[in-house]
Amino acid sequence: MNSENSQDFFRVDNLQKSFGGVRALKGLSFIVAPGTIKAVIGPNGAGKTTLFNLITGIFPPSGGSVSLNGVSINGRKAQEIARMGVSRTFQNVEVFDRMKVLENVMVGRHIQSRAGIISAGLRSVRMRREEREVRQSAFEYLEFVGLEHRAEELAGSLPLGEQKLLEVARALATDPEILLLDEPAGGLNTRETEKLANLIHRIQDRGITVLLVEHDMNLVMDISEEILVMNFGEKIAEGNPRQIKDDPLVIQAYLGEEVDYSDL
Amino acid sequence: MQKQDRNILVGLVLFLAIFPVLVMNVGTVGHYLDVMIFVGIYALIAMGLSLLMGYAGQISLGHAAFFGLGAYTSGILCVQLSLSPWLAMGAGAALTALIAYVVGVPSLKLKGHYLAMATLGFGVIVHIFLNEEVALTGGPSGFSDIPGLKLWGFSLDDELRYYILVWCFVLLALIFSLNVIHSRIGRALRSLHDSEVAADAMGVETSKFKITIFVLSAIYASIAGSLYTHYVGFLSPSSFDLFLSIKLVMMVVVGGMHTIWGALVGTWLLTFLGNEWLHVFHDFDILVYGGILLGIVMFLPGGLVELIPRLGRILKRT
Repeated sequence: MNSENSQDFFRVDNLQKSFGGVRALKGLSFIVAPGTIKAVIGPNGAGKTTLFNLITGIFPPSGGSVSLNGVSINGRKAQEIARMGVSRTFQNVEVFDRMKVLENVMVGRHIQSRAGIISAGLRSVRMRREEREVRQSAFEYLEFVGLEHRAEELAGSLPLGEQKLLEVARALATDPEILLLDEPAGGLNTRETEKLANLIHRIQDRGITVLLVEHDMNLVMDISEEILVMNFGEKIAEGNPRQIKDDPLVIQAYLGEEVDYSDL
Repeated sequence: MQKQDRNILVGLVLFLAIFPVLVMNVGTVGHYLDVMIFVGIYALIAMGLSLLMGYAGQISLGHAAFFGLGAYTSGILCVQLSLSPWLAMGAGAALTALIAYVVGVPSLKLKGHYLAMATLGFGVIVHIFLNEEVALTGGPSGFSDIPGLKLWGFSLDDELRYYILVWCFVLLALIFSLNVIHSRIGRALRSLHDSEVAADAMGVETSKFKITIFVLSAIYASIAGSLYTHYVGFLSPSSFDLFLSIKLVMMVVVGGMHTIWGALVGTWLLTFLGNEWLHVFHDFDILVYGGILLGIVMFLPGGLVELIPRLGRILKRT
């Protein structure tokens, strides 16, 4: 890790976002320690995906800041943030449908390669070597998520579960310091979810920090070291899985107000 | 290069080699060699436009202007400054690239109709400039006596030699373009088509590549312009008007804009139609063009090249 102080690795400070009159995020602050797995949970509309979109620069925050290794990343362009070491997957799968599976991952290697239009057009020696390296490492990322047998197929033809894995491979190919997974288990069956849990652990073993939004509570409780619970754009609880399970505010958010039946 | 592309390329080279033998001494089609020179010149522009439209997802209704800039730069430098035609061609390409960059940076921020309007406006401005700057361009009546090209003391003044020269340029540009398509730049551009948000998240510099391709396509058009100038020997603004820009876009769409081969097919068909086969319609040829475009957009949105896999499937079934 670059940062000596784990407080400085990844920090979100008083982050806010309003869409017109709707305050989707009302000043959220948290940190992610390097090398850990942290989950963000909360009911639909709590602002989880908004949080991810702010971090990765899809739109700028209305206030507050996000920093990686002490360097502020908010307000920068998505491409720039990707180059700084933040990568992500998408809740509604965004694979490049009409490209081959391997090519999808090769796009992930884009920022790790540099051939310009002239060396590409003339197929210079350096460009050809780089191209071989890109292909080779893209294939290794496919092996890592277990999709190497699909390499030559069109990404759009894969079933949803495999498209999600492909997104993980593509995101890893950018060589991120922190990986944001937006509902990686959504639409997966039990067996696929188990494999996913294993995959996320192996990503952590590579030294990559993982921040995930997820609805599957079993998965979240199983793999996360820290959990942040959001509701209506605010943090309502934060802690390890055991603390979160017993938190009355969390139970209330998920199950609604406790009703006193004695009055009936 | 992909295996399939290589095969088609070999086929094309063979066709180009046989073509002159087939037509040259046959009275009624002897001048087809001349038409093929124009096919080559327009194909050079259409290929760049195909990269821009099919891969970078941008439209330009101003490519006749880049063609004209190359043509006039070559013509003016050769006639007024007696510069070597090859140097003039390079100067034209450099100037056009610069102008394309300056025009491209603001206009490629626009999308769809707005981008079409912006490039169209640019084309009109250049056309007016060519018409009005009489001292420099000769105005509406243009100027003539532009020298031909020479290579290593060889004068390239007969049709066969010029045919070979033009198609060498086309083949080189074709190979260059195919290499770009099958590189990280081509992948970046294709990824943009499928999901711009994911391409962004992967760090692909979308706007940078759009401009790069725009400039590349302008350079192709400029070189085509220089080749045109030295072949025709005469320039006037009417050869570089809006209708040509539209026709170039049509060539790309009719042939099929999702592959660079489509640009070649479309250029070949429309140039032969325009220079040869539509003369019977006189001024009504524009109706035929409209009909073709309508038919393609309605029934073959992937362009004529889409017919090939379809035919393959039909043959397999029978």
